[in-house]
Amino acid sequence: MGARSSHAAVIPDADGIRRETGFSQASLLRLHHRFRALDGNNKGYLSRTDLQQIGALAVNPLGDRIIDSFFPDGNQRVDFSGFVRILAHFRPVEEEDPAMRDPKQPEPLNSRMNKLRFAFQLYDLDRDGKISRHEMLQVLRLMVGVQVTEEQLESIADRTVQEADEDGDGAVSFLEFTKSLEKMNVEQKMSIRILK
Amino acid sequence: MLGRWSGSFFWLVPSPSFRPQFLQFEISVEAFPSLRENGGGGGGSGDAGLVVLRCREDGETACRMPRAALPLLVLPLAGVVAAEETTQEPGAPGEHPPGLALFRWQWHEVEAPYLVALWILVASLAKIVFHLSRKVTSLVPESCLLILLGLVLGGIVLAVAKKAEYQLEPGTFFLFLLPPIVLDSGYFMPSRLFFDNLGAILTYAVVGTLWNAFTTGAALWGLRQAGFVASRVQAGLLDFLLFGSLISAVDPVAVLAVFEEVHVNETLFIIVFGESLLNDAVTVVLYKVCNSFVEMGSANVQAADYLKGVASLFVVSLGGAAVGLVFAFLLALTTRFTKRVRIIEPLLVFLLAYAAYLTAEMASLSAILAVTMCGLGCKKYVEANISHKSRTAVKYTMKTLASCAETVIFMLLGISAVDSSKWAWDSGLVLGTLIFILFFRALGVVLQTWVLNQFRLVPLDKIDQVVMSYGGLRGAVAFALVILLDRTKVPAKDYFVATTIVVVFFTVIVQGLTIKPLVKWLKVKRSEHHKPTLNQELHEHTFDHILAAVEDVVGHHGYHYWRDRWEQFDKKYLSQLLMRRSAYRIRDQIWDVYYRLNIRDAISFVDQGGHVLSSTGLTLPSMPSRNSVAETSVTNLLRESGSGACLDLQVIDTVRSGRDREDAAMHHLLCGGLYKPRRRYKASCSRHFISEDAQERQDKEVFQQNMKRRLESFKSTKHNICFTKSKPRPHKAGRKKDGVANAEAINGKPPRDLGFQDTAAVILNVESEEEEEEESDSSETEKEDDEGIIFVARATSEVLQEGKVSGSLELCPSPRVIPPSPTCAEKELPWKSGQGDLAVYVSSETTKIVPVDMQMGWNQSISSLESLASPPCTQATTLTRLPPRQQDAEEPQALLDLSSDPHPSFAFPPSLAKAGRSRSESSADIPQQQELQPLMGHKDHTHLSPGTATSHWCIHFNRGARL
Repeated sequence: MGARSSHAAVIPDADGIRRETGFSQASLLRLHHRFRALDGNNKGYLSRTDLQQIGALAVNPLGDRIIDSFFPDGNQRVDFSGFVRILAHFRPVEEEDPAMRDPKQPEPLNSRMNKLRFAFQLYDLDRDGKISRHEMLQVLRLMVGVQVTEEQLESIADRTVQEADEDGDGAVSFLEFTKSLEKMNVEQKMSIRILK
Repeated sequence: MLGRWSGSFFWLVPSPSFRPQFLQFEISVEAFPSLRENGGGGGGSGDAGLVVLRCREDGETACRMPRAALPLLVLPLAGVVAAEETTQEPGAPGEHPPGLALFRWQWHEVEAPYLVALWILVASLAKIVFHLSRKVTSLVPESCLLILLGLVLGGIVLAVAKKAEYQLEPGTFFLFLLPPIVLDSGYFMPSRLFFDNLGAILTYAVVGTLWNAFTTGAALWGLRQAGFVASRVQAGLLDFLLFGSLISAVDPVAVLAVFEEVHVNETLFIIVFGESLLNDAVTVVLYKVCNSFVEMGSANVQAADYLKGVASLFVVSLGGAAVGLVFAFLLALTTRFTKRVRIIEPLLVFLLAYAAYLTAEMASLSAILAVTMCGLGCKKYVEANISHKSRTAVKYTMKTLASCAETVIFMLLGISAVDSSKWAWDSGLVLGTLIFILFFRALGVVLQTWVLNQFRLVPLDKIDQVVMSYGGLRGAVAFALVILLDRTKVPAKDYFVATTIVVVFFTVIVQGLTIKPLVKWLKVKRSEHHKPTLNQELHEHTFDHILAAVEDVVGHHGYHYWRDRWEQFDKKYLSQLLMRRSAYRIRDQIWDVYYRLNIRDAISFVDQGGHVLSSTGLTLPSMPSRNSVAETSVTNLLRESGSGACLDLQVIDTVRSGRDREDAAMHHLLCGGLYKPRRRYKASCSRHFISEDAQERQDKEVFQQNMKRRLESFKSTKHNICFTKSKPRPHKAGRKKDGVANAEAINGKPPRDLGFQDTAAVILNVESEEEEEEESDSSETEKEDDEGIIFVARATSEVLQEGKVSGSLELCPSPRVIPPSPTCAEKELPWKSGQGDLAVYVSSETTKIVPVDMQMGWNQSISSLESLASPPCTQATTLTRLPPRQQDAEEPQALLDLSSDPHPSFAFPPSLAKAGRSRSESSADIPQQQELQPLMGHKDHTHLSPGTATSHWCIHFNRGARL
């Protein structure tokens, strides 16, 4: 399978992707390899079913939502750059003086804010910028074991929303979401080491 | 003869010098006392069966008492020698038989345990003295003070007794003093943190220890070869390696003692501490291997022995861990079935953990590793299974034992150092060792960290490395190991002992003293404690799942993948097997946090004396903005309230028939109304169940009374239900709190949509402890004391679009209050525009959970509210228009109406409606309810006193509630 061997040249617009995502050459190659392994028919893009075939994702309570996040705006396919762009959220944050960064450049994909935004979007199904009580309940239903009754779940959802809710609209906005995680080391908890 | 039996028992008792000793006791039984034989007592006492118990360490004296009455403490270790001949009676040959002594001084009988107790007492008192001055303890670690105290005490003993006594004996240390400390640290180890850093910990523990041992040993040997160590130190390379192996291991006791006071960040702490625990396996292996090599003589060591040495490293470490896990499994499994014998739960924890230690020790595996793994592995399940009280007992006993052992260890270390007979000083060796262990530790840490940082997500920076190098304290393990050396095989033992003592003292005192300023000076990240919030807990889980999923997508089976796998496995099989059904649910982590937060709220609610009731707006005590409640009071009260309320709620929830309900209501009334007299005497003296202390009960009673009174006074004096919406949340404008909201309502502005999703009624769910399988247990009187009640704050799901008017529905204090004339606002009240669907919400602060003991009052107020709430459905027209005095007649009807058949348009969730019904019925016949009257006028808050006006009861009508 000579054509399938990994070469930087094979990756379309490798430099552009690297600039955008900050991945190293090696990681990009690795990801490209993986991308093609997932892409069963060598289509050049991934569809939902391609990702759904990953066995362990099926048992992940958030698996479907995470798959969905690879297909923003209702797309049915994701190409390599889109694939990498999502994964770039989980690149570890380098120790870097924020003052040194060019303020004109867009925030890197792996910044704290972007990591949080990614997580936030998993909750915010209707994309209205708020996690409503209902959305919170849905997530909880996925995450909490079957032993907890629906009523208890609802009360947990209420409580969770109330806890984070500051302006009293009964929903958690992104700002409130970040505030509720102020003390957590998100940079650390939302990074995977191999995605340097 | 007279029917004598005697037997001899061996007691394993720590002797004054902390040497396990076998004390022999002989016990013989005489049906008739010697008095009659002596003829002194006359016939009267003949059949009295006087039992004399005399025990002596030398085992000559016979103890007369029935075997059956042997104290439980006696553990017959050696075989019982039955029917021993009885000629060795004390008063046998020629001795004048002793008369009945009124007073006898029997120091020897109690000497051993007495001395043990005394030493512990001295150590504890010393601790108290140290902590009298905060300045001293903030500067000097306790371990240093204890060692110094030990030195002083040892000096005194030496001066008085002319010989060094009460030293730290290796046997005592390894069998009695070390296990509690290790168990404590393993059991309370933050497991997530531990496994997150497992790679680093293992590296430092295995590679680091090996590195330290070999480099230190080799360098010392080099020093000896170079002539810096006097030639009288007779040691070859193997001896130095042996010494290096025992001196190289970082000591868990010392590290724990010093680092607990330093408060560095968790990662740093767990790495240093984890290393000190796990390196035990390596130390044990190295020590044993080197020791046997030394004993064999270096000439006889063959290549196969080296291989065996390497293999034994795996056997010892993995074997130790396996033993620990097996016992953890057994422990978890056992606690699953202790429901009816709660009292032995803490005992089981200690026994099985200790059994794990001893088993590993017996098989010469790493005992420390075994206990660590046992504690680490069993905690999750044990904590879920045992009751609250047992949990507290385990926690405190463990802490007490560990602290006690630690204190004694340091003190005895100090005392042992005084004994100069064990010493042989060589400056070259001592100085060389000190320098080498510091240097090689630092070098090792830097090298390993460099390698580790290639793989770590969060690299360990230079400051961390400095602290890690400097925090490599040596302690009692090294000392005990060096004492265990055989002088005939290791001729330089005395020098090694002296060097070890110096090293231990140097690391504990000098490094212990300076590490705090160093940490401060280097600005090492300190640990910060923040309370868990539901959001954090939930999001943390989300992050875990996200990371696991992303690892799947990337196709890299890393740490997150395996943890995810493990959690699935745990959930599916292990937890099912090891946890009680009921506990299994409780242990869902998110639920757990929720549960704890709720309880904390309830406690703080009480602590604040009910101010929360009147507070404006929803400010949860557990929210980050709020000051925290004292942790201790939370935990204490938590336990109290956990059990007290079950009864009430079960009554409410389970009672079905009308007659029963009546009874229940009466029961409540009586319970509330009658003050129980103070009880002086406790009738029950069961050994197996702790009955509630009388004092405790009384406290609870008073507490209940107070809370109830508070609620009632709040109800009857104010009769204001809805002045404050618990957390009014004007949707758009972001208006602040209820004041504004009410003002608007008064002004009759068209109410806007309110995000009332958060309003909620409170459901009190009674969780039956066991599920079907244990249904049979329900008949038992024994009640589960830790998980009686779950408060579920239930929010109504519908959004009230225009609910501002809700503020207008109030209870007037009495019918005599003059009703305000209808205002324009009233005319515009949404429910007056008469649309079909009407939803009545009894809202409260969702998360303001009522303390269990308040439920009575709570129920009453709920029912009163519901009775108020019901009229708009059927009789709203009259209700709103009627002057209050006419409502006298209407109120009962409303109550009736509600109780007989709740109106279908109620927005209560079914369970809530049900609960509400039973509640209202149960309290319907409480007379005082009758005087609660709804008052429709808005202006009534003017005559509400400000302090109490802010109830958090509100009734909201949604916009559709029109008449």
